[in-house]
Amino acid sequence: MSDRVTLGIDRIKCDGHGVCADLVPELIELDDWGYPIIRSGAIPQSVLPHARRAVSGCPTLALRIQALAARR
Amino acid sequence: MSIALLAGPPAAQGMERYADHQRRLGALPPATELIASIERSGLRGKGGAAFPVATKWRSVASQRAGAPVVLANGGEGEPLSRKDRMLMEQRPHLVIDGALLAATAVGANDIVLYIGADHAGAMQAMQRAVSERPGSERARLRLVSAPVRYVSGEETAAVHFVNAGIALPTSIPPRPFERGVDGRPTLVQNVETLAHVALIARFGEEWYRSLGVAGASGTTLITVGGAVPQTVLIEIHQGMTLADAVNIAGGITSESDAVLLGGYFGGWVESSRAWGLSLDADPLHRLGHSLGCGVVAVLPSGRCGVIETARILAYLAHESARQCGPCTFGLRAISAAAGRIAGLTSTPGDLERIQRWSGLLAGRGACHHPDGAAGLLASAFAVFSGEFTLHDDQRRCSIVNTQAVA
Repeated sequence: MSDRVTLGIDRIKCDGHGVCADLVPELIELDDWGYPIIRSGAIPQSVLPHARRAVSGCPTLALRIQALAARR
Repeated sequence: MSIALLAGPPAAQGMERYADHQRRLGALPPATELIASIERSGLRGKGGAAFPVATKWRSVASQRAGAPVVLANGGEGEPLSRKDRMLMEQRPHLVIDGALLAATAVGANDIVLYIGADHAGAMQAMQRAVSERPGSERARLRLVSAPVRYVSGEETAAVHFVNAGIALPTSIPPRPFERGVDGRPTLVQNVETLAHVALIARFGEEWYRSLGVAGASGTTLITVGGAVPQTVLIEIHQGMTLADAVNIAGGITSESDAVLLGGYFGGWVESSRAWGLSLDADPLHRLGHSLGCGVVAVLPSGRCGVIETARILAYLAHESARQCGPCTFGLRAISAAAGRIAGLTSTPGDLERIQRWSGLLAGRGACHHPDGAAGLLASAFAVFSGEFTLHDDQRRCSIVNTQAVA
């Protein structure tokens, strides 16, 4: 099995543009103010391309893909 | 307690001078094998998280990115707590001893003494204490006056202020032990914790353990307020109960239905359950409570828990650093709705909304500010559920007649 990864976010950088929820709805929904709620746990292989697109599409570069063990 | 943090000359005499401190406790011992001794002592951090002290020290000592720095954290932002400022006011040399010992143990030369700007007495005593120290020690000690803000005592905020003059939390990683003051590995340690170190280094881990009970060593400082004769700082042996602490503080002055344990970052507990609780971090944690920074606030009769909770949430929302969306907007919205419920002016759905929103706060900020607010609110729902419903459904308060909310 490949290394398990998850989505991490820099909450200070995030401005709630909400692009991520469009690019990877499998993992991200938005709260009432437009800020992402990220599904915890490992990103399934099938969703990884969408997750990568969300990371590169974030206008404030707040998203990252990180090892599952890392905090936040 | 012949030897304890608050032992020695009476508090009314002000700070203990260096000569008296040395006469009473002896010279500063060497820090050889101190980390192992601290580990065996079972000392836990007293800033709120109760993190094992030796573990934190090892993580700083093992870094290779430059000489470490020690930051003694005396930025006491919790409005109900007095312990850190009073300790610095009365026993500043214990704090400085502990900081020097910690520095030696982790290989640091430089020590920052970070003190809340509104703790005037503490700042004065610490300044005087530094001036009484020999030049070799004075050269390593730097006093920093911290802004008056709830979040300015948060460890990344303290580091940020020392580095850049901005007392707001920063994103992690890096954590301060990796990259802190001047980009160097930094041990951020609460001043009370350091004072305990000063005694453990002198009298040993066995002595320290013997002051407490199995699983909770030593003593701890507790600020007792609310329905007691006056807000007081006490030092208790671990293993003592909340009732013991309240009795030492003079006993309750009115009937009480609930106790706020751990301060604004803690939570409400029904009094019937609260009195018997041991004020020890681990057992409290297992029961879903937190000792936080050692605050016990007894809700007086005639005060409504819903109104008090709304007041605290308003404060926490105001004190948000406004850097992260969920805290800026979520906490503000929760506070506004809780204020309406408390003031008997709720709009349909307010109660359901704040229940849903509070579940979405935890883990969604750079620091734990939103987590603390969510925990407080969850405890309020558990303890004051009937009162919340009464306020929201029937627009009635069973305790307070006025509709005004501070």
